[in-house]
Amino acid sequence: MQIARVIGDVVTTIKDENLIGIKLLVLQPLDPDGNASGRTLVAVDAVGAGVGETVFFVRGKEASFPFHPTEVPTDAGIVGIVDQWHVER
Amino acid sequence: MIGTVVATQKHEAFTGAKLLLVQPVGLDDTPRGTALLAVDSVGAGVHEKVLIVMEGRAAGEALGRKGAPVDAAIVGIVDSVDVQE
Repeated sequence: MQIARVIGDVVTTIKDENLIGIKLLVLQPLDPDGNASGRTLVAVDAVGAGVGETVFFVRGKEASFPFHPTEVPTDAGIVGIVDQWHVER
Repeated sequence: MIGTVVATQKHEAFTGAKLLLVQPVGLDDTPRGTALLAVDSVGAGVHEKVLIVMEGRAAGEALGRKGAPVDAAIVGIVDSVDVQE
C-alpha cells in the first residue's frame, strides 16, 4: 500500500456496469515526509474518503476485494483514511 | 522499517493489523525505490530490517485473512544477509 492525498474526483457517465455507484478519486502519492511523490492516479473508494484527506490505497486486483462479490474493474483502491503517521530514520 | 501509520477509518480486514512504513533497500542497505505501507505479521519494530512480500495473495495469507485488500506484508525480521560475491 501507499499513502496519498486525495486531490480530486472523477465523474463518468458511460462506464462498466460494475463501476456504477462507486466513487472514483484522484490520488497524489506521498513520500514518508509527506511530499508529492510519483504520478497521480485514479482509485476506487471503499471507505468514504473525500478530497483533501490523506488516505492509504492498495494496488492491483486486491483493490476490488472490498466490493466482493461484484468484480469491479480497478487496479487501485482506497482502503483506509490516515489519522497520522510517524517516521523515524 | 521507518515508521508507523494510524488509521481509524479503514476496511474491516485491517482491524487490529499493524500498518508500517518500510523503505526497500539494496544489498548495501541504501534506499531503493519508493517507501511503501505494509501490514505486519511478525511484530517488527522501527529501525529493524525486515523481509516483505509485495504481492496481494501472499500479503493476504500473511495477514491470515483471505480476500483482504492488501498488497504488501512484512513476513520476517532479517538477522543477517550473506552474499558470496
